[in-house]
Amino acid sequence: MLIRKRRGGEGYLPSSEITPYELYLDRRRFIAQGAALAAGAAMGAAAAPDALAGLAPPRAGTPQEEKLTSYEDITTYNNFYEFGAQKDDPWRNSGPFRPLPWSVQVEGECNNPGTFALEDFLRGHEVVEPVYRLRCVEAWSMVIPWRGVRLRDVIVRAQPHGNARFVEMTTVVRPSEMIGQRHPILRWPYIEGLRLDEAMNELTILATGIYGKDLLNQNGAPLRLVVPWKYGFKSIKSIVKFRFTRDMPENTWQTMAPDEYGFYSNVNPDVDHPRWSQARERRIGEFRRRPTLMFNGYEEQVAHMYRGMDLRRWY
Amino acid sequence: MVLKRRVLLLKTGIWLLGLTPLGWAVYRFFLGDGFGANPIAELQLWGGLTSLTALLAALSVTPLRRLTGWNDLQKVRRLVGLFAFFYVTLHFLIWIGLDQVFGWQYILEDLRERPYIMIGFAGFVLLLPLALTSTKGWIRRLGRRWVTLHRLIYVAALCGIVHYYLVTKADDRWPTFALGVWGVAMTMRVAWWLKGRSRAGRTLRTAAPSPG
Repeated sequence: MLIRKRRGGEGYLPSSEITPYELYLDRRRFIAQGAALAAGAAMGAAAAPDALAGLAPPRAGTPQEEKLTSYEDITTYNNFYEFGAQKDDPWRNSGPFRPLPWSVQVEGECNNPGTFALEDFLRGHEVVEPVYRLRCVEAWSMVIPWRGVRLRDVIVRAQPHGNARFVEMTTVVRPSEMIGQRHPILRWPYIEGLRLDEAMNELTILATGIYGKDLLNQNGAPLRLVVPWKYGFKSIKSIVKFRFTRDMPENTWQTMAPDEYGFYSNVNPDVDHPRWSQARERRIGEFRRRPTLMFNGYEEQVAHMYRGMDLRRWY
Repeated sequence: MVLKRRVLLLKTGIWLLGLTPLGWAVYRFFLGDGFGANPIAELQLWGGLTSLTALLAALSVTPLRRLTGWNDLQKVRRLVGLFAFFYVTLHFLIWIGLDQVFGWQYILEDLRERPYIMIGFAGFVLLLPLALTSTKGWIRRLGRRWVTLHRLIYVAALCGIVHYYLVTKADDRWPTFALGVWGVAMTMRVAWWLKGRSRAGRTLRTAAPSPG
């Protein structure tokens, strides 16, 4: 598979984003070879010397220096209330769920609404494989090698109108296959949303895979959002609908407990959850808590979108 | 002799039952899934649920005895209560030692600022005098006041339930179930107390008043 550096990229694109699956499997070799070599291998013969130069060595704190969470942990420890509220429920209960065939609805303020088969919805978009931290609002975290497409590309194809300011996303409702949906533990369907500039940010992807494999049901098969600088619940799973809106969508957790969960839900060590601290987190697989980073460590890529905003008010 | 053997058997049963969660946890840790991807959080959950179950079991002993007339139960009430204290202490120590790894500044901050920690800790503190005065010597020394003091377990259990509610994000069916058990056990006590009082009142009217 050819993975190219994006046109017009500012050169910040972490080399982790283009590390192929083979290299995830052998981290020791990856380290031994060095990031530049690994990047070179990933870029293949097409890589021009200046493109390589643009890929700076990993900065401190980027996931390259953080251990990937094991596939087993990623697939057995999940919050996906559609399959139950315990961490192992999604893994245990998601067997009956049938993610394929799948279709996606695009509606609202856009020029190209419609219902699309998942293959058509994804066709033609560049595949990206970023490694992102995932920080749950419950103060645990993982490092996950995703595969997917940029949400930006999907949005460009939908051609939102000038007055569209938000994109709202909806999870499938199938109580017969999703045991958690048989109880009103949350208001079904699960709804999430992003401001359009957040959705268009280069980091935001629609994931279809983890560790080079198709998403398992418990991880939000066949299509889920990944917004790495926001708490995990923003990364809505098993998406069936995208709707472009003028008004801020009412995301599920905000409607459940508005004083605890806001629309933005950016990872922020300085703004505590009303009931617990967000200053530290437990990385799955580690013993001691580690400090939580502003915007989950993606400050450089996303902070500009919130300049001038009171992040205590817009939590 | 027969009576003693019956009580001994019952006590053995309570010991086995009381140690089962601990044995299961040890088994799960070494031979099972090792408490999963986030073992410390999972251990916390295990400790909390076991504590609350044991506390509610302790609260249910007296109502059960009165309902069934199985009076031997009264002889194991203290043992059940001590098991509850044991698991609450374990739950507390897991928080201090494993979750916070003795990070006292974080522990103190949590105690100052987090209602769920405050109320959970309050429940633990309330149980301390009960555990300390659970010996025969103290029961004798305190007399009637021992019974009054040990009513603190009602409050401690309620603290545990509120603590559970406060750490729950959305699905509060289990804390609600716990509150239901607590409510039933307490309602029965109040009903019996009211009944006993009205009976005592009638007795008092006929008998000569005595300086209580």
